[in-house]
Amino acid sequence: MSEPKGVEAFHQLELNAGHFLIQRCTDCTGHVYFPREVCPHCGGTSLEWIAPKGTGTVYAVTTVRRKAGDGGDINVSLVDLDEGVRLMSRIDSPVSNATKIGQRVKSRVQVNDGKGLVVFDAMQGGAL
Amino acid sequence: MSNLKDLRGSSAIVGVGTFGNGESPGFTDMELLARSAHAAVADAGLKMSDIDGLCSASIGASMWTMPVIEYLGLNPRYIDGTMVGGSSFIAHLLPAMRAIRSGQCSAVLVCYGSAQRTSPVGRREIGQLRRLVDPQPYEYPYEPVLPASAYALAASRHMHEFGTTREQMADVAVAARAWARLNPEAFMRDPLTRDDVLRARMVSDPLTVRDCCLVTAGGGAYVMVSAERAKSLPKKPIYVLGNATAVWNRQISSMRDLTVTSAKQSGAGAFAMAGMKPNDIDLLQLYDAFTINTILFLEDLGFCPKGEGGRFVENGSIAPGGKLPVNTNGGGLSCTHPGMYGIFALIEAVRQLRGEAGERQVKGAKTALAHGNGGTLSSQSTAILGTEETV
Repeated sequence: MSEPKGVEAFHQLELNAGHFLIQRCTDCTGHVYFPREVCPHCGGTSLEWIAPKGTGTVYAVTTVRRKAGDGGDINVSLVDLDEGVRLMSRIDSPVSNATKIGQRVKSRVQVNDGKGLVVFDAMQGGAL
Repeated sequence: MSNLKDLRGSSAIVGVGTFGNGESPGFTDMELLARSAHAAVADAGLKMSDIDGLCSASIGASMWTMPVIEYLGLNPRYIDGTMVGGSSFIAHLLPAMRAIRSGQCSAVLVCYGSAQRTSPVGRREIGQLRRLVDPQPYEYPYEPVLPASAYALAASRHMHEFGTTREQMADVAVAARAWARLNPEAFMRDPLTRDDVLRARMVSDPLTVRDCCLVTAGGGAYVMVSAERAKSLPKKPIYVLGNATAVWNRQISSMRDLTVTSAKQSGAGAFAMAGMKPNDIDLLQLYDAFTINTILFLEDLGFCPKGEGGRFVENGSIAPGGKLPVNTNGGGLSCTHPGMYGIFALIEAVRQLRGEAGERQVKGAKTALAHGNGGTLSSQSTAILGTEETV
């Protein structure tokens, strides 16, 4: 299979291989996530892939309440990476309803059935 | 170069109609729309053949204006199918005012219908379909229940930054219910207390099912003509003094600050066009898909400082007899919410300004603000309406 041309497919393939990448604009130096073809800060197309440090801070948090048969309760958080971009994700440890806004977290790529997904774990040292 | 202020008061809403609010088993979206459209056109003292402008939107059908035109037997010279979620039917105002002013058309019908509660196609099936036709690949894999979880995230941030409490959010639902109890058209009219809201089933923390809008069926429609023509029609014209729409993001994860919505921009635009300030407004209809919405919009529209919304809504201050009448029909929380609510906020504002609101009538109301929200705090559209003496 040839290398995918679109950034969405490329980003997912890298995740599937265990690599979490974000973009950086070489024109305006802004970081970009989710992946774009065009920089949302400056309108340029000079976006390069970089590996983020993986560290970030929980910006907002909820627990989706579900019946056990539907998978049980699950954490959904918005995480601000130290590079300045935000993404939706899940704080996998500790257990979901313990997550607090301001918690420092570290990314991890979880691969299930060949499909990669960025999740986060709480870091020692707790909240900012 | 024309100025938006030149359009202030140039058009008036002359007919409104609703149909099938609540449970409407056996009706389709289109049937509810058509009955509402008919009611609005009749209320305007017009015939369907007088309608030469058509605005509508649908959650399910992407080419929705075409079947609506076909179904109603229209031949419109002006068509607007702009779809920005639940605020669409408020966002349809300004372009329609321009079309009327330019002479492109003379009578615009804005209409909506949804059988969401009673449709044979369930919300679960629609949700699964949406994942395929309208993917959000950076959010869906984390399994949020959208839209509720997006608003829950915004609520969590508001609580964190400003100390807003679940009790304050519950008071938004309690106020909405108190208004609904005065509205025979409202779907939920049983008494509701703060404790009832707090102890209801948690959906997505911190929002319980009573912090979330209803799922109903229903249709709504309104008719707009030029201010000059409005004077010859039977109902008291309600003039559009200002309207503006803003979108800053689609996904909640792309929203820069979860405590500041683009209502800040749409509100400022609508107030500028109207030449008015929050103090000039007698009553508000704010799209309360979730209790946090009312708090966010009171702040972003300038009715209280940022962060003060929770304290502003406490203890019945937006309920009947409170300091500011908000969502006098019972809102999306207690009156109706058939998929998209925006048109019902506007219809209630018109009924209040006409003096047709019965037991829930705000005495002497001359100005109203109707605000629509769409997606997951994604689109915002603000309208300022007034009676003849405000033009």
